[in-house]
Amino acid sequence: MQRIGVFICWCGSNIAATVDVVKVAETIKNEPGVVFAANYQYMCSENGQQLIKQAIKEHNLTGIVVGACSPRMHEATFRKAAEEAGMNPYMVEIANIREHCSWIHKDMEETTEKAVVLVRTAIAKVKLNAPLMAGESPVIKRALVIGGGIAGIQAALDIADAGFEVDIVEKNATIGGRMAQLDKTFPTLDCSACILTPKMVDCAQHEKIDILSYSEVEEVKGFVGNFNVKIRRKARYVDESKCTGCKICMEKCPAKKGANEFNMGLDNRPAIHIPFAQAIPNVAVIDPEQCIKLKTGKCGICQKFCGVGAIDYEQKDTFVERQYGAIVVATGFKPIALDNFNEYGYADNKDVITSLELERLMNAAGPTGGVLLRPSDKQHPKVITFIQCVGSRDSSGCGKPYCSKICCMYTAKHAMLIREKYPDTEVHVFYIDVRTPGKNYDEFHRRAVEQYGVDYIKGMVGKVYNENGKLMVQGSNLIDNEQITIESDLVVLATAIEPEPSVRKIATLLTASIDTNNFLTESHAKLRPVESPTAGVYLAGVCQGPKDIPETVSQASACAAKVIGLLVKDKLKTNPCVAQPDENMCNGCGQCANVCPYGAITYVDKEFRLGGGKTEIRRVATVNPAVCQGCGACTVTCPSGAMDLKGFSSKQIMSEVEAICKM
Amino acid sequence: MKDVELKVVERAKALLASGEVARVVGWKKGDFCFDPSPAVFESVEELDGLVYNWFCGANLSKYLIEISKKEGKTAVFLKPCDTYSFNQLIKEHRINREKVYAIAVECLGKLDVEKIKAKGVSMIEDVEVVEKEVKVATAYGTETLHKPEVLLTKCETCQKTHQVKDEEIILHERPARDVDRFAEVAKLEAMTEDERFAFWKEQLSKCIRCNACRNVCPACSCVKCVFDNPASGISAKANDAEFEEQLFHIIRAFHVAGRCTDCGECSRVCPQNIPLHLLNRKFIKDIDGFYGEYQAGEEAEGKTPLTSFTEGDVEPNDAVDGEAK
Repeated sequence: MQRIGVFICWCGSNIAATVDVVKVAETIKNEPGVVFAANYQYMCSENGQQLIKQAIKEHNLTGIVVGACSPRMHEATFRKAAEEAGMNPYMVEIANIREHCSWIHKDMEETTEKAVVLVRTAIAKVKLNAPLMAGESPVIKRALVIGGGIAGIQAALDIADAGFEVDIVEKNATIGGRMAQLDKTFPTLDCSACILTPKMVDCAQHEKIDILSYSEVEEVKGFVGNFNVKIRRKARYVDESKCTGCKICMEKCPAKKGANEFNMGLDNRPAIHIPFAQAIPNVAVIDPEQCIKLKTGKCGICQKFCGVGAIDYEQKDTFVERQYGAIVVATGFKPIALDNFNEYGYADNKDVITSLELERLMNAAGPTGGVLLRPSDKQHPKVITFIQCVGSRDSSGCGKPYCSKICCMYTAKHAMLIREKYPDTEVHVFYIDVRTPGKNYDEFHRRAVEQYGVDYIKGMVGKVYNENGKLMVQGSNLIDNEQITIESDLVVLATAIEPEPSVRKIATLLTASIDTNNFLTESHAKLRPVESPTAGVYLAGVCQGPKDIPETVSQASACAAKVIGLLVKDKLKTNPCVAQPDENMCNGCGQCANVCPYGAITYVDKEFRLGGGKTEIRRVATVNPAVCQGCGACTVTCPSGAMDLKGFSSKQIMSEVEAICKM
Repeated sequence: MKDVELKVVERAKALLASGEVARVVGWKKGDFCFDPSPAVFESVEELDGLVYNWFCGANLSKYLIEISKKEGKTAVFLKPCDTYSFNQLIKEHRINREKVYAIAVECLGKLDVEKIKAKGVSMIEDVEVVEKEVKVATAYGTETLHKPEVLLTKCETCQKTHQVKDEEIILHERPARDVDRFAEVAKLEAMTEDERFAFWKEQLSKCIRCNACRNVCPACSCVKCVFDNPASGISAKANDAEFEEQLFHIIRAFHVAGRCTDCGECSRVCPQNIPLHLLNRKFIKDIDGFYGEYQAGEEAEGKTPLTSFTEGDVEPNDAVDGEAK
């Protein structure tokens, strides 16, 4: 018979304000099997843990239940305390009476009753718990960074500087990401390329970093410390080892009408191209949709002119498989499509542009050589109107419900730069709120208003329409309480940003969770902000939530610190809550191996006694405990119930359900 | 049909006599023409009792689980529908394919003697079928019935073709036809929840828990069935409901979901005439809707929609009435 101790935590007032903790402890004391019950203000505190340890020793407890917060929070804490008192840590169960009870109900009587039931449920489970021992698994000392923007670059550099091998997988032909497209950066107004490209070069030259550009993650197997990743190296039709980046092919290519992605389609590039001057690797790529040779078999001019014989029209996608201990996801963002926002006339008017397009129009390496000319007639715009929150903070369903966070600052930056360079230009900004928290950020915005005379108008724009070649921006001025129309030459939309769509595939491959806006979910919003709930997977940059460059770089470095902390370990403790088949019941049907996401299940032929001296050889499942992550998919798939999960057996779960139903 | 039977017996005898196979699994003559039963034949003499007639509806594939463990090769006669079950069992590693010699035998649909008797025909001596006419010779003379009315339910909507064959005995081609096997399911779907509940309550209340459906089902091949295992905690729950046997059949339908080939044996053997195949067919229809057309048993390897995950899989919230939103 088990001797169970129950410990009810007040969590200050978090639990105690809505649950009668004393009553819960008193009621539970009379449960069969319970020999000790106590309540305390903070069970997780040093004193609280001491109380648990003492009770384990004094009352010879065989199992304990802690009624407290979510096991995600403090299960490890209480397991450690139990272990220190000589109890197997897997004899500890948590009844979550905070998130599942006190925080979500108001009526004290009902909440108390529910807390009692939840504790009873945990008691029912702990009665069937068995001591478990954790195993060990080795750590592969190499990291994978998915995405070669500033987040991926920073994380890779930091990890590599600590002495670990890093691979950057970038789906585009060059690393650099969105930051490479920007002109100046707030709040210091230094040139984006000037601070980014040296880092790109550092990556290329770092002996520990391998850049796999124009590549995508295809398949991920394994688990923390032991990921096995298959990477597709897309055919770029140019031999990376031969191309010198001389650009003669770009000059000679007759198919010059491709939309230049780097310049947001504002000008054209040849079918064979290097995305931009400082691209890393500085190697050309052929757009197969556009290349005449690849489409019709005729042409081959680039091959003729290439001095080093780097062009290879026969190139096919290839695959590499590598092992990693940790994975950093840094897949970045894109501006949203504006299909739902016809009121701003983006599709119909060339001179209604997005902020990222403006970046290119102001950039010295952009389509206009850095001279601000509007797209329609290449004239200098005299009146420019900015519209903020286009698709951000939009609960109508057309846009995104969240704040894109970077727009207030970059709009102030744009306004300021324009007023600085072209003082004769009139600049208006429609805004809902100006949100500029951050070091030197509000000062930056104020400078735009006070020093540069940018006209900030609080109010939303209802409509942008073309009247005799002029863009009429019709909106409300809430301060003056009037409807206004501004005749503009150029309209710039601060378009909301969203996670790069490929992140969904990556999240699926990594079994990393994603929120309703496709942002990857962090393990704990405050205390584990750079870790995904999937062990060994870390998040950097906008894939986790909107953020600017300084924040992205901080997060990337934080990621790197976490990765380094993992990779320095030689071995990891494995979770002993793994699947285990009952061979006497296993049919060997293969369904459990089909559903196992970790490849932990294999089959062996085993001899079984049938009685009467007869034996039979049957195919049965075996689980590799070092690979199994205890997800339980196999246990629910097995039709005969031969597969069970240690620590979460079907019996334990059914007994919990029964305890709840008995209330 | 007599010509096919002759050929069946001839091939079985030849295979056994030559030692190519150690035994033959087929249908053995019963007391009447309409009650042949599955049997194992181990000698040429025994094969005189082998029949293949309009009443050989039984699916022989499940018997191979145990028989293929025996020494030597086993020959088996498989109708089109049976080959799907056979393939599914190969996929689940329950039959050793190398130890089976599969003879694909023609099938123009099998008859349901209960349906014939329900037409008031008794003392049946022999049956011959010409096109859509079933001529039943009885002690009282010959009765002519319309074939579609006396087919086994599972044959009414069958469009299956042989998926497995080491050799074939096909003397008459089955005419192709266009039938909707989900029509009955659609009728159930069209009901209100209360109507549907009432329908199944009435049907499942008839169950006497004889376990015939489970025992005959090729997908129910567990070494130890959960209903026979007190430790599973399920056996008691199967009875613990408003109408006693509902959970038994629902649990069973879940266990075979994605693996059921729609062979229809469950309904054929049910002594209470419960249309059990409709539960399975509902699952098949939903799987088709959610994951694209899938026929269990078409392939002898690979993953099934319910035991694999692909990026395009339907999200639970997007699954509406058996279709992806």
